[in-house]
Amino acid sequence: MIFNIEYETMPREALESIQLRRLQATLSRAYAAVPFYRNQLDGSGVKPGDVRSLSDLSRLPFTTKQDLRDNYPFNMFAVPMDNVVRIHASSGTTGQPTVVGYTARDIDTWAELMARALSAGGATRGDIIHNAYGYGLFTGGLGVHYGAEKLGASIIPVSGGNTRRQVIIMKDFGPSILTATPSYSLHLAEAAEEMGVSFRDLNFRFGVFGAEPWSESMRREIEEKLHLKAVDIYGLSEVIGPGVSIECHEAQNGLHIFEDHFIPEIIDPETGQPLPWGETGELVITSITKEAFPVIRYRTRDITSLNPEPCICGRTMARMNKVSGRTDDMLIIRGVNVFPSQIESVLMEIKGVEPHYQLEVDRRDNLDTLTVRVEISDAAFSDEVKELQRLSATIENNIKETLGVSASVKLAEPKTIARSEGKAARVIDRRKL
Amino acid sequence: MQAQQISIFLENKAGRLSEVTGILSDAGVNIRALSLADTSDFGVLRLIVDDNEKAESTLKKSGFTVKKTPVVAALVNDRPGGLHGILDLLTRNGINVEYMYAFVQQSGDNAVMIFRFDKIDEAARILSENGVEIIDGDRLYAM
Repeated sequence: MIFNIEYETMPREALESIQLRRLQATLSRAYAAVPFYRNQLDGSGVKPGDVRSLSDLSRLPFTTKQDLRDNYPFNMFAVPMDNVVRIHASSGTTGQPTVVGYTARDIDTWAELMARALSAGGATRGDIIHNAYGYGLFTGGLGVHYGAEKLGASIIPVSGGNTRRQVIIMKDFGPSILTATPSYSLHLAEAAEEMGVSFRDLNFRFGVFGAEPWSESMRREIEEKLHLKAVDIYGLSEVIGPGVSIECHEAQNGLHIFEDHFIPEIIDPETGQPLPWGETGELVITSITKEAFPVIRYRTRDITSLNPEPCICGRTMARMNKVSGRTDDMLIIRGVNVFPSQIESVLMEIKGVEPHYQLEVDRRDNLDTLTVRVEISDAAFSDEVKELQRLSATIENNIKETLGVSASVKLAEPKTIARSEGKAARVIDRRKL
Repeated sequence: MQAQQISIFLENKAGRLSEVTGILSDAGVNIRALSLADTSDFGVLRLIVDDNEKAESTLKKSGFTVKKTPVVAALVNDRPGGLHGILDLLTRNGINVEYMYAFVQQSGDNAVMIFRFDKIDEAARILSENGVEIIDGDRLYAM
């Protein structure tokens, strides 16, 4: 079902005229209210009034995650705090999270987009939605929650964790839609099997999975093990949260971007030049309706391509391919964003530990695992095993506290980790995506 | 009163131990006693050798993390209760044994045990005062 027929099936020409009008309004407001954007535009010599067509967008400078960090916590907000009704934050890099705000109207917009997304994923008013995305600063849980209520479906705000209880709820409440990270959904399947509960006997019809990259082969595995149809949802807190784009369950072929709220571009990540439809590059997003936290040409670092062809589902909104990678070294581990530099700064704070480390990411029992190999220095070396184990435990605790992700630390002999600047040597990602 | 032990950090990887013994063999260093403490991820190899300086420098040159640790070598009567007498004495005096291992060779009717204590000087003093013979480093390395 299409939640908003008028907008989601709008001819491209009409859509583009709405986009231009909304873009111009966003630029004027951002220029007037956010010193960062005023400086950016002044620096590039483009005034908001100079943007007369959508192609003028490419004359504007990019916004990066670093820009958001530099304006921590609230300097990117375009409205006074009086008008902000919600604050979310993404996991921080080197201790500094990215903070985003929403006005009441932004929350409405987000709920509308999530209602559209859940509808595209197969949900209707009569469905019971088992929402296993985490509730809290993370946008996943509350994003789905508001969308489900907007849609009129019944939401179970079960959040993440306590897997056995989740299985009991799935069995007793009979939810028909599952929303979770793809890896957690497989974890649920295993827990259910251990408890003697078969997904075959459960009521699920559709699942809406996102917040981490997953492959077609993982989709097949999920659909087989959970006996439901699995669709991909995309979003990032900097832009709004989940609900930037969604696969329709009819085609399961590319994620429709809600272009009446976001203008997507694909650029060459090296040169910053826009690329034509169909070419693969970095996704850049401009929000055109958000009030509290507008983003102009935000570099997502996600690699994909765009397809403007109308879809068999009837939606006219352009589709992005499943995200195939990143242009930076960010890892997503159990839904948590992890930069190697964060691990490095944790290590540097521990006496006697060398900043020579390697991250090994794996997927065991369908859950991501992070192993940090750290070279031991002469200074930190003790001939007593318990001292060395205490050192590993300290590193593990500090990583957990700073990054919110569990890691297992393995002490390594000196000079056994390759010395290189590149991501390749720092990170070994063995997950089959 | 003390002897020096060479401690080496080893990852749990096949062949790592034989690399150490190979390096020492090439350098003409003789291993007098050893113990290996291991976990699932790593091990600590502790050696008493006849030439500490040479062992330490050649191993370091080969990239190993090496450290010298003071230990106490004591003669233990080679009969039932011999070791117990020593441990009992230490316990009564509030000394903790971090680890210990036996020397390969005997000395007369005695076994040689290597001890690592939390309070090493106090431990050595208590042992001597109670008639336990302590073997100093030079004599130990040449045994």
